[in-house]
Amino acid sequence: MRLRTHLPSLTGLTVVVLALAAHGQTPKPTPPATAAPPISWTPATVVVRPDQPRGYVQFQLACAVCHGAGAARPGTRALAVKYQGKLPARLEERTDLSADYVRTTVRHGVSVMPFFRKTELSDAELEAIVAYLTRKRG
Amino acid sequence: MKIPPGVSASDFSAALAQFEHSVGHDWVFTSDADVDLYRDAFSPFLGEPEERTASAAVAPQSVSEVQDIVRIANRYKVPLYPISTGRNLGYGGSAPAYSGCVVVDLKRMNRVLEVSEANASCLVEPGVSYFDLYRNLQERGLKLWVDVPDPGWGSLIGNALDRGGGYTRSQFRNHFDAHCGMEIVLPNGELLRTGMGALPGAKTWQQYKSGFGPWIDGLFSQSNFGIVTKMGFWLMPEPEAYYSGTVHAPHRDDLHKLVEVLNQVENGGITNGMPDLGSTLLGIQMIEDYARSMDDKPAAAPDPELARLRDQAEAGQHAPLEAYGQKHGLSYWSVRLKFYGPAKVIAAQWEHCKEKFAAIAGARFQDGELIRLPLTPAQRQSVHFPEFGIPTLNMFSIGARSSSNPNPTHGHMWFSPIIPRTAEAVFEANRVFAAAAREFQLPLLRFSLPSCYWERAFIFIFGFPVTTDIATNRRNRTTFYKMIELAAQHGWGEYRTAPAYQDAVLDVYSFNNHALRRFHESVKDALDPNGILSPGRYGIWPRHLRKPS
Repeated sequence: MRLRTHLPSLTGLTVVVLALAAHGQTPKPTPPATAAPPISWTPATVVVRPDQPRGYVQFQLACAVCHGAGAARPGTRALAVKYQGKLPARLEERTDLSADYVRTTVRHGVSVMPFFRKTELSDAELEAIVAYLTRKRG
Repeated sequence: MKIPPGVSASDFSAALAQFEHSVGHDWVFTSDADVDLYRDAFSPFLGEPEERTASAAVAPQSVSEVQDIVRIANRYKVPLYPISTGRNLGYGGSAPAYSGCVVVDLKRMNRVLEVSEANASCLVEPGVSYFDLYRNLQERGLKLWVDVPDPGWGSLIGNALDRGGGYTRSQFRNHFDAHCGMEIVLPNGELLRTGMGALPGAKTWQQYKSGFGPWIDGLFSQSNFGIVTKMGFWLMPEPEAYYSGTVHAPHRDDLHKLVEVLNQVENGGITNGMPDLGSTLLGIQMIEDYARSMDDKPAAAPDPELARLRDQAEAGQHAPLEAYGQKHGLSYWSVRLKFYGPAKVIAAQWEHCKEKFAAIAGARFQDGELIRLPLTPAQRQSVHFPEFGIPTLNMFSIGARSSSNPNPTHGHMWFSPIIPRTAEAVFEANRVFAAAAREFQLPLLRFSLPSCYWERAFIFIFGFPVTTDIATNRRNRTTFYKMIELAAQHGWGEYRTAPAYQDAVLDVYSFNNHALRRFHESVKDALDPNGILSPGRYGIWPRHLRKPS
């Protein structure tokens, strides 16, 4: 799936429309009441689907620029070298992360990754990220 | 709880209560865990008593709240230290220059107040990061670029006030030069607007920079004379196309002519992007190639003979090395020129540059790829991002664990003196710094090439690691101080530095018995008689904290 177009929503936020037509589905805009802005500061625009949790959005906003997929991600690069394929380099693919480990790393930093202040990432936003990274997967 | 020096516990409690009354309980941080988040993650004093730390933090969301905070601080003589996004890591981050300050965290003031596509300008608050503005421009489909520094999470205002730089057209690379109009809360709480902002009703605040009378904007950069709460910037209209072409020169002495012609074509506006210097023979990558290679596997080790000859070269000079280059067709020097503009125009500009550089006997020219804008999705994954106004954190792989760096550091700090834009200066600086590296046992590169961020001057940038080992950090600090003095003895001064070194750097800008520092102190005393704002920032101390001269 890839981003095809942007439509202005009633709230003034830009709403992402996914290219579902190729799969025989009608494109549907994300409902404005729950719409998250498209996350487009990274070199590749990230698409937010309505069914994705808040932590996913927060992760893309706060973490993906270092820990996402694609070019220019120092965190993903560092973890690829650290784990040498024994664990996924992308945090979103990890299933072994504990809530406390995520909290501690964000608030205390590690290597050149600094700690994050509450004006940058509130406790509620951090907890959403924690829930997302430690979610149960089938 | 830490209490600011010279402030009684009761006065500090009263000040904090009044801060809370202004900004709300949730936005005054006093617990150790919360205040620790305001430490400098890259402090060269990590774990030492000299580390500069805050007593508390307060995060206003409006100009009137900033004014309240400043007035309360004056009432109780509480020192403040404003930060914007607090992400100038390597230059102090979110920590104060003077321990005990209350950090005024402006991150919540994060509104893009205005963007004009017609005027190619914006007006922003201090908490707006390069990511924020980029996203704003993208979402609105505006054909405007913002010139970004390497770390995209920095504040436009903070970076400009620190006099940071970027990679696009020369007019925008110097971020302070690219600003147009400021709003400032002065140390007494009064609100000031500069340029055309001083004229009520003017619609030209982001159109004409200097207004009327003394142009005072520079006083609020690298200083502690006010809290900048709004700032306008000129943005770069998206060009039709981008082009880069590379000039290769075969001999060591060609650097003289190379720099001379480079200066002619850059100062004449023939090339308008950031020139990028490199040396295949000496193994010095251009910045663009270095940045773009970070996702690659480490390069293969060079031919052992070449490695040996490089080791033997003194200040980049070694006749057998030059002969090796001749034999194997390796250029001694290369400069890549970047062009933004209409495709036909920039093709003609490159052709003109080739004619000029042809004055170097044996020069070779390597045509690049014409990139029509906007970028395709594939190009958006592969270009040198900041040259296209795309913010990332790519350069944080410097020091982080990577395929070429198995032992990550804890941070970095930059030693970055300004030197003349001549080959003589490049060679002299290399001789001086190579000798210093031997004396101070620094792992500096054998030969370094300067960067071309600024027009008219070169800048050398040497990275010092910050580690978790106190002895190593102490040794690096001592070396850093020596490098400042050594550079100054040759007329080279830093353009910017971390709080740990700001006194030392200002100290070498000493013309006429430190007339510049004395001027700063006069301004400080006049504007901030209680000395509450950012004591010590950029070496400017209020009267009560000055060391006797």
